[in-house]
This record gives sequence, C-alpha cells and structure tokens, in this order.
Amino acid sequence: MAKVKFTAALKRFFPSLDEIEVEGDSVQEVITGVNKKFPGITNYILEEDGSLRKHVNIFLENDMISDRDNLSDQVKSNDQILIFQALSGG
Amino acid sequence: MKALIATAKGLLTFDIAPNIEPEMEEVHFIGLAVNMVYVDERTNRWWAGVAHKHWGQKLHFSDDNGKTWHETAVPSFRGLVMPDGKKAKLRQIWCMQHGGVDKPDHLWLGTDPGGLFHSIDNGHSFQLVKGLWDHPSRMKEGQWFGAGSDYPFIHSIVVDSSDSNHVYVAISCAGVFETKDYGKTWAPKNKGLKATYLPTSNVEVGHDPHQLLHFKKNPKILWQQNHCGVFYSSNGGDQWEDVSVDQGYPNYGFSIAIDEEDPAKAWVIPVESDEKRIAPELSLSVFQTNNFGKTWKSVSEGLPRGFTFEIVLRQAFTKKNNIFLFGTTNGNLYYSLGEDILWKNISSHLAKVNAVYLH
Repeated sequence: MAKVKFTAALKRFFPSLDEIEVEGDSVQEVITGVNKKFPGITNYILEEDGSLRKHVNIFLENDMISDRDNLSDQVKSNDQILIFQALSGG
Repeated sequence: MKALIATAKGLLTFDIAPNIEPEMEEVHFIGLAVNMVYVDERTNRWWAGVAHKHWGQKLHFSDDNGKTWHETAVPSFRGLVMPDGKKAKLRQIWCMQHGGVDKPDHLWLGTDPGGLFHSIDNGHSFQLVKGLWDHPSRMKEGQWFGAGSDYPFIHSIVVDSSDSNHVYVAISCAGVFETKDYGKTWAPKNKGLKATYLPTSNVEVGHDPHQLLHFKKNPKILWQQNHCGVFYSSNGGDQWEDVSVDQGYPNYGFSIAIDEEDPAKAWVIPVESDEKRIAPELSLSVFQTNNFGKTWKSVSEGLPRGFTFEIVLRQAFTKKNNIFLFGTTNGNLYYSLGEDILWKNISSHLAKVNAVYLH
C-alpha cells in the first residue's frame, strides 16, 4: 500500500480529501485507486488523455515522477506519494 | 434584472433596477477564473465555465439561481489529434447556447481548440459535432488557425430563432460557418468579409470574427465585430457589408450588442487597433448606429476621458431591453439604464471581466 498525500488546494473541491493508503504497482494504478475513493479527482490531476496536467506534480518518495505521460513509475509498498500543484504567481 | 459577471477571480451577481444603486449580491467560485457564463432561458439553469490554473477547465450548473452548484463532465477530445499532430485537449469552454425551444435538453457548446459539442441530456454529457470537426478546411494551414491562442476556437453560437436546425458558429480564426441540417453538414459564410492579415483578403475561410449576433425577429439579419471591422448581413450571411469607419472609429474591437426591436441598431466598444490594444485615444467609448452602420455616433457620456487603457472583451458587453452592461479588462463595470444612454460605474475594483450576462 502506498501512502498518498494531497495539496490542500484540492480539498476545496474534495472536502473529505485526506491522506490515504492505496494499492498499486505504478503511479497510474495508485491514481486509479485514489479516484475510486474520490470520484472525479483524476479530472483535476490528469489531462483527458491520461497524462499529468502541465502544472501538477507528483513526487514519489523524494523524486518527481519521470513518466508524466503514462504514469508508469513503479511504486513499492510503503512508498509515499505527494500530489501537488506547481507554485505560481498572480 | 440580474447581472452575472464572470471575472478572473469569481462569478459575481448584481441586481439592476430603476432608481436603486446596483449592489453586489453574491460571489460564486471566489478566487477562481470564470471564463464563461450562460443562462438557459428555457429552464433558468445557470452555467459557468471555471478555468483553474492547475486543474483544467471545469463546467458547473445551478438550478437555484446560484445557491448550489453542480460540476458536470466537460467535453472531451480524447483520441483526436490537431493538424500539427499534437493530441487535441480541451483548453477552454468559450460559449454555450440552447438547442431551441422545440429541442428541450439540447445544448451547443464551443471550445478551444475549435470544437463544437452537442448535448441531448441537458449538459450531463457532450458529443463532438463531427460534421464541423471533419470539415476539409479545418485541416488546411492558413484556413483554421489560432489568433491569441495556439489553436482556433469557437466563441459564438447562433441558433436561428425560427428554425432550430439552422445554426451558425463563429471561429477565430476560420470565420462563420452555417449548418441547415442540425450539424450534419457545414458551409462557410464569409463572403464580403476581409482578412487583411492574410496575403489574400477575400478568402473563403481564414477570417477572424470576434463576436457574432443575430436579430431574433428576423434571423436573416446578422451582425459581427470582426478583427477587420464591423460587418452586417441582411441575407443570413450570404453577403457581408463592411460598416466600419475607415481610418476612424468604430473599426477594430471585440464586442458588439444589438437591439431586440430595431434591426438597424447596434453598439460597439472599439479598441484603438490590432497593434494597440487600448481604449481608442485612451478614452473608453461606445458607438451606436441607428441605420445599419451607415453612420455611427459616440454614446459615451459618463465614461472616463483620457488615460484609460482598458478594453472590453468579446463577451463582456450586453444589452437587454433598456439596460446596457459592460465590464473591462481592468475590472471596471459600467451600466446604463433608460432610453438615453448615460453610463454609470458599478464598481472599479473587480478583477478582469471575461463575460457578462443579463437575465
């Protein structure tokens, strides 16, 4: 089970959003699992083709994921995943 | 009358009525960019397009005048590619229009990139209108192309008030297209328009209408503010007449409003020029014609004179009955109420106004 944390910015749209544990061998599988618990959240995180939105980042442990198109980065049990938005001005 | 103001920092509502100062009633989606607002007059359903900086374009509706909002699925380009080979992805929802009083639950929706979508379930799902997407001109460089955006986009949808199978869309840049068979087949309607930015000005496709409107009591009458001037058609777009002022105002601009009773009346809010996107001669001005654009007069009393840099975007000016309303790129909101136009400022402290709607 991977531990998934979210930016507080997403809580506005998913008020019950909190740190969760999700099964999955890849980031893509984990995101699919997150969407089962919070339906619709993939539409916020991912583009319609399944790639990561341009101004959204996912950290797997201490590194940003390398495959933003297919989210194929491998996930080990107890890995920590952080989903957050790019910082911006304005 | 209720005024809905879509700004870069939220959707605001005001009540506008005689003898009272308009006051802000509610702020919806506070802090978020609202780039489209529409009210389906058949059902009183409010629609709002919300453009998140990070989370993409979203679409919400309300059936109780904004008390509660519901997010619904946005149109999808999944599996489609643009002419440059890149994946087509929804960038922005530009406009909505209901499908006609004889087609309840039917809606049209226009997007960037230039897709027209259709819903038959009151907006719970949208399907791409393949007849327009597959039009041969869309794949030709120099016919459909982006202007102020990477790709062309559909910003105006006009449904013939006497025949709901008859629909026009306006695309920046491609031009005006018409269907008479409810979206199955489409034809360009750009004869008489000018595209002075192209090597040949009178092309069939490649024009830049900024806003398209039709006179509901006689749907043959169309008006548009175009990149290359103000144009009017008396025959459903078979032929457009340039009614702008050469070397003067109005000419360049984004927004236009027309009268509900008199087809000869129209109002525009010019911009200095394509090269200088500022108020003309640094003074915000509204121009009116009473004779199909043969002559224009300024109706700008009450607006600031001098050192005014703001402009009015294509969906940020409207008229309903005797109320005129517009918002500016600097967050000023003006209205006029009554037979004689006299502008009054409602607020100078808003964010950029993307669109306004009177309901």
